[in-house]
Amino acid sequence: MNPFQLSSAPRTPAALILTLFTGLTPLAANADEAQIAVAANFTAPMKAIIASFEEDTDHTVKASYGSTGKLYAQIKNGAPFEALLAADQKRPKLLEEEDKLGVPGTRFTYAIGTLVLWSADADKVEDGPALLKSGDFNKLSIANPKLAPYGEASIETLEALDLKDTIEPKFVMGENIAQTYQFVDTGNADIGFVALSQVMEGGKIIKGSGWVVPSEMHAPIRQDALILESGKDNPAVTELFSYLKGEKAKAIIHDFGYETD
Amino acid sequence: MFLTETDIEAIALTLRLATVTTLILFALGTPIAWWLARTRSRWKGPIGAVVALPLVLPPSVLGFYLLVAMGPNGPVGRLTEAFGIGLLPFTFWGLVAGSVFYSLPFMVQPVQNAFESIGDRPLEAAATLRAAPLDRFFSVALPLSLPGFVTAGILTFAHTVGEFGVVLMIGGNIPGVTRVASVQIYDYVEALEYGNAHRLAAVLLVFSFLVLLALYTWKPSGKKQ
Repeated sequence: MNPFQLSSAPRTPAALILTLFTGLTPLAANADEAQIAVAANFTAPMKAIIASFEEDTDHTVKASYGSTGKLYAQIKNGAPFEALLAADQKRPKLLEEEDKLGVPGTRFTYAIGTLVLWSADADKVEDGPALLKSGDFNKLSIANPKLAPYGEASIETLEALDLKDTIEPKFVMGENIAQTYQFVDTGNADIGFVALSQVMEGGKIIKGSGWVVPSEMHAPIRQDALILESGKDNPAVTELFSYLKGEKAKAIIHDFGYETD
Repeated sequence: MFLTETDIEAIALTLRLATVTTLILFALGTPIAWWLARTRSRWKGPIGAVVALPLVLPPSVLGFYLLVAMGPNGPVGRLTEAFGIGLLPFTFWGLVAGSVFYSLPFMVQPVQNAFESIGDRPLEAAATLRAAPLDRFFSVALPLSLPGFVTAGILTFAHTVGEFGVVLMIGGNIPGVTRVASVQIYDYVEALEYGNAHRLAAVLLVFSFLVLLALYTWKPSGKKQ
């Protein structure tokens, strides 16, 4: 295939160079690239979904992972992302309704997060509530409730157990769920509330020990996705969004311990 | 009010951290600087390089290794637990340990330069007057290199105030214990509270500028250069 025959190719030097480079790899005529921003807690499943998506279509996906707050600020300041997969509903909603940076009507809940009380020690967490009540741990790592929906859900869980005030002096806070996990994984905090997706693979917890917090103990952690203005006409983005709603992606999402609608 | 109560708390903690770190580094950095300035050992290069490492290493690298080293499975963590101190991450003294390492070159290098610029002659003259080594250090070397100490102290203090990456990695964001001003600003930005972020950031900006202004306009009386 001769890349120069693409009628839609823009005739600027930069685009020419880009075409030359992409022309070196075997490429179908309708292959596009999506550049998306993804919440840190969804890193592992998203990597699996992207691999599967790229195999099933000719599109490629470039993902940046970070905390939703940071990604939101970057998008507001002109970051070239074409879609956002957030850790909450608040920021996609803001982008769509107030900032007018999102494509109206494309917002949907792609995953519902599950919280787990986790320890790197394989014997530490057997009965979660009993362990929390006993106080038999040095620190409890939680995501900053002001910044992360997982942190908010952690606080709600402790309130449901009526333990928040007793345990608060033992809090250490990660800036996002990735750092929260790091505190526990390095053993500096005995236990912590992390995303089930961080410790789960193939439907089971693969290291340490954990107690999956029943979903009725906190408000659901609904994670919304939104197509941004710059991604409106990119087929790779729109197809990725329909892919996310499809059975294949949902199976991966469930595998990593998330629920879906 | 201009700043919130938690801002004041974060600033107070930051100043306390910077003060303690600077004092510890005066005690720790001076002998290192002295040795580096006077030695002809082949270890001068490697030790000097280790001291300078925090200048080029990203704070995330330092913070990550500190978190692992001071954890229950790390060498430092095993040591502190054996001594009954417990684990250092998430404590004020953990931040101090991190800051001492992080700000080490800002103390050692100016002091080392000051020691080197004295040269051998004043010390030799003192020796011929039968001053003992310690006496030579305290009566001759120290007063002559005072400007270097002032510069080092100010830089160390200011650099510790501006610390972010290391505290983010090992701090745990505990109000009044490890939540310093720079982390507080980061929280504000992430939480979209830009007004609060602006105010606290402006305080730090003005502070840093004033410190550097003082440093650059201050003319040491003893320095003949």
